[in-house]
Amino acid sequence: MQKSLTIDPEKCTGCLQCEMACSYQSDGLFNPSKSRIKVFNFHEEGRFVPYTCTQCDEAWCLHACPVDAITLDASTGAKIVNADTCVGCKVCTIACPFGTVNYNSDTGKVAKCDLCAGDPACAKACPTDAITYVDADATGYERMKEWAAKTDAGMTAGA
Amino acid sequence: MHHVIIGAGPAGVVAAENLRKLDPTAKISIYGAEREVPYSRMAIPYFLIENVPEQGTHLRKNDRHYDLMNIEVHQQRVDKIDAAAKALSLEDGSTVNYDKLLIATGSHPVRPPIPGMELENVHSCWTLEDGRAIAEKAKPGNTVVLMGAGFIGCIILESLAIRGVDLTVVEAENRMVPRMMNEISGNLIKRWCEEKGVNVRTSTRVDGIEEGGDKALKLSFNDGSTMEADVVICATGVRPNIAFLEGSGINTDEGILVNPYLETSQADIFAAGDVCQGLDFSTGSYMVQAIQPTAADHGMLAANNMVDGREQRHRGCVNMNVLDTMGLISASFGLWEGSGGDRSALEDYDNYRYLELQFEDDVLVGANSLGLTQHVGVLRGLIQSRTRLGKWKEKLMQDPTRVMEAYLACAQAQA
Amino acid sequence: MAWTKKYLRVNLTEGTIKVEDLNMAWANEYLGQRGLATRYLIDEIDPKCDALSPENKMIMTTGPLTGTMASTGGRYSVVCKSPLTGAVACSNSGGLFGAELKSAGWDMIIFEGKSASPVYLSIQNEKAELLSAEALWGKSVWEADAILHKTHQDPQLKVAAVGRSAEQGCLYAAIVNDMHRAAGRSGVGTVMASKNLKAVVVRGTRGVGNIKDMPRFMDATNAGKAVLAENPVTGQGLPALGTQVLMNVINEVGAMPTRNMRETQFEGAHKIAGEAMLEPRKSDGKPNLTRNGGCFGCTIACGRISTIDRTHFSVQDKPEYWGNSGGLEYEAAWAMGSDCGVDDLDALTYANFLCNEDGMDPISFGATLAAAMEMFEDGDLTTEQTGGMELKFGSAEALCWAAEVVATGEGFGADLGLGSKRLCEKYGRPELSMTVKGQEFPAYDPRGMQGMGLTYATSNRGACHLRSYTVSSEVLGVPVKTDPLETDGKADLVKAFQDATAAVDSAGLCIFTTFAWSMEDIAPQVDAACEGEWSVEKMLEVGERVWQLERQFNQAAGIGGDQDTLPKRLLTEGAGSGPAQGKVAELDKMLPQYYELRGWNTDGSMTDATRQKWNLPA
Repeated sequence: MQKSLTIDPEKCTGCLQCEMACSYQSDGLFNPSKSRIKVFNFHEEGRFVPYTCTQCDEAWCLHACPVDAITLDASTGAKIVNADTCVGCKVCTIACPFGTVNYNSDTGKVAKCDLCAGDPACAKACPTDAITYVDADATGYERMKEWAAKTDAGMTAGA
Repeated sequence: MHHVIIGAGPAGVVAAENLRKLDPTAKISIYGAEREVPYSRMAIPYFLIENVPEQGTHLRKNDRHYDLMNIEVHQQRVDKIDAAAKALSLEDGSTVNYDKLLIATGSHPVRPPIPGMELENVHSCWTLEDGRAIAEKAKPGNTVVLMGAGFIGCIILESLAIRGVDLTVVEAENRMVPRMMNEISGNLIKRWCEEKGVNVRTSTRVDGIEEGGDKALKLSFNDGSTMEADVVICATGVRPNIAFLEGSGINTDEGILVNPYLETSQADIFAAGDVCQGLDFSTGSYMVQAIQPTAADHGMLAANNMVDGREQRHRGCVNMNVLDTMGLISASFGLWEGSGGDRSALEDYDNYRYLELQFEDDVLVGANSLGLTQHVGVLRGLIQSRTRLGKWKEKLMQDPTRVMEAYLACAQAQA
Repeated sequence: MAWTKKYLRVNLTEGTIKVEDLNMAWANEYLGQRGLATRYLIDEIDPKCDALSPENKMIMTTGPLTGTMASTGGRYSVVCKSPLTGAVACSNSGGLFGAELKSAGWDMIIFEGKSASPVYLSIQNEKAELLSAEALWGKSVWEADAILHKTHQDPQLKVAAVGRSAEQGCLYAAIVNDMHRAAGRSGVGTVMASKNLKAVVVRGTRGVGNIKDMPRFMDATNAGKAVLAENPVTGQGLPALGTQVLMNVINEVGAMPTRNMRETQFEGAHKIAGEAMLEPRKSDGKPNLTRNGGCFGCTIACGRISTIDRTHFSVQDKPEYWGNSGGLEYEAAWAMGSDCGVDDLDALTYANFLCNEDGMDPISFGATLAAAMEMFEDGDLTTEQTGGMELKFGSAEALCWAAEVVATGEGFGADLGLGSKRLCEKYGRPELSMTVKGQEFPAYDPRGMQGMGLTYATSNRGACHLRSYTVSSEVLGVPVKTDPLETDGKADLVKAFQDATAAVDSAGLCIFTTFAWSMEDIAPQVDAACEGEWSVEKMLEVGERVWQLERQFNQAAGIGGDQDTLPKRLLTEGAGSGPAQGKVAELDKMLPQYYELRGWNTDGSMTDATRQKWNLPA
């Protein structure tokens, strides 16, 4: 069974180890602002919510890309940005209704979660198991997929 | 079963691929008018600044992609459709029969009806061939006039500026990108360009172009002034390629009229992409959007409906755009001009940051942004899911930059 | 490496900002943050200057591990001369601000002079500018935070600001960052406000790199995190109960200063302890504690995120205080709780919110109020001075009122803002001030914990637990258990803790790691990150050098061995109950030996030999 990142905000303390691990994995330095996973702080509610790409089946980013720079990694199910091919047009950043593809003006390319080829650095760095990499049918993931369907422009039969 | 697609742009190619997925044994043919491998116009500016080689503009990178998918790609213009006979006439005089047809012929640049548009150094910037010609002529030190500060004009600004030309932009409206950005943000983009050394003349029209003077061309403006230029690039908008449909029985307005299944007034003929006057998510009316995500969506949906036994109704595409004008990133979504509901805006003129949200009741219906690059897609997500924002509406009225929090709280039920 | 090797020099008088190169010879001697900034301070100001004059400078400084994946590597410190003590001030804070400053490309910011009108410093990576703070002046930290986020249109902006208390001259005003983390002690916020500097806002997107040996650094920091996770204090106690895990423990050992240190045990401790914060309350069934939170990079996450009972008198008409915010840490719960005799958890949480909102050090605030309460009960203070409020021990109303008036500086709030020493002098009872060098005690009674007596007396920033936390050894048995009532060996213990703490504070790490980490865990992380050799021995050497440097500053400021003492009450009045019953703080048994270990004269003054040994500036 394919695995997915599963996030349990109840366990998140907002330490940002995941953001550092992500940026270290991709850029070789500690830079939360360039992380593909982002922890949001709901101050009034006393809640931290890590958030990243669910590698949704709809893959708006992939379909919207005009130059075929986003492809499917069949082994992990991740939608991967090929930086050599990406021209930086940013269409995927507006097409993704989850807001999980972001433009990086330093590189002139977009960036998104690629599941670290099946060994996600964020999950390894999380000290509280708020982020885990588990079988894809685990709790929470399905809910996000339901929401994904709700955003669909017309790919759902008879909707 | 023979699926024929007219047009080798994103809508046509996405449709062909989806057809292959859904109908593995059918014959699938694409007819493109240009003598090119299917490519993306979106990538032309990046080709112009030499960020990508010509191959980088190709829609699919594998040379054998279409062969491997058993999709025939022909470089032949379609001149006529005979819906009764289910046949197409090609430019070489031959005829092709189809079972299902998709028209995805895209659009073409329009030129204002003024004298001199036919002159040698007056170009559109639309095809890869145009791109090559501009790359050849826009030499350092040359004076270039760009007519039109719309999406295409803005997106090629940087490539021209990088080439070291002396650049003037002329726009008839009172701001830049008037069909995508409101007055405040459109004028912030103007100021941004001026700070980067581009001469921007808004509320100005070119009345005519003639040969002569020290440079190749001489332009006269509606205010009586004139200037000389080496090259004029015309980017004053595009129109759907529907002229060839005359007499076909396919109903057209601005573009091809379709029903919610992207089917035209003629049976077994569908339309997709820039040429298609499809359903707009926000207004519920039919309009030509001419944007990349809509082309891809149309292509997917039309292909599905071309396969026997499959039927999906279109829920409409959110009109949206993202633009990089010499490094200043702007975006628009849905009803960015508003529709009578509340609006919430923050302006930071000094730092070229701007965000405006438009609501109907407590639902986000449109947005304009400048300088926003992180999580911008949730604006689409919130609009298209018609998420009720509840108490977050008021928080966004106070500070629209909290939109990502609002999204997580309301759409993902995370807080 | 690990340093960015660049810092900003902001001259507020001139309105200029310069980029300067970090003095790497000093970095090699003092590592960073606390040590390195103090080296700059002693070089640049006259230690005798008026702390609230433009001659004082204020340094916001990170350590080499700030902004890295080292656990707790998100600290920054504020170093200046203290208006409360006249000694060197160095206050350390977590949250996200420090790491953001580093990620913007800066090791430090040196503020000098005084702006003619209110300003704030805005940093966006390499772009730094002073902007008008006219619209922010007179606002609380929380109000300023909201305005600044909106102005800059960036939810990720990190803000450090002073509140109204600092503007009004409260001498223990803090600098609050990320809403409820604070560089809390010694009045560093007062210094900031005296310069007409309301806030520093930072957005850093350049990242932190320059790690000497990245693979080794990742191994060392992962090993460190494993140690923290497995330790019962850092792996379980602190995440579950926060520093409030201590309340019941310290009360039981009889070292819980109560009612201005008249007593050493508090009968209401269990009502305000960490365990009480988990109890569902009657009104809505929710506990005071919503969850724990971590500062940048912290895998311990001792931070408390709390709500106040909406039906509590302090907030029933104030919905703006109904949301979550920074909850009670042990020191705040003690100072405002047992030291004032207040056992109302919601009142304490409310007062704590106000301390964060308007930037007051809750230790000094609570302890000052405790002294005022004792004077009120003795009749030295009356409702005439307080404006009608009965300042009685145990009054939750008085506590909430006091926090409100100190926050705004109104009426008697201005007197309370003077701190305990000046307040007690003003009303003729100097002996009731529980302070050393003018700074209020934290939550450990030296009569029940002898090592803390020496700690307070010799602390370079006045009474403080974070200069050598011998509680670790005397109560928790880390690294070895010592008898809290015994004085033998405490001079060595205090010196060792002081040196190690100074090294940790100079690295960019949190001192709470040392419940689990020894220098054997820390040095490899520093060594993998920083150019040069950073052995355990080198780290301890840095720590002692920092200590000697701070002592040198204080001596030059006119604060000598005569101030290495404790209030008379602790030296003469025996503890009334508990294991320490009848015991006083036996400072005289420890101090001479401590001086000797430090290499100082018998009067506590620096010897030339020691100064030379540590290469201290003259």
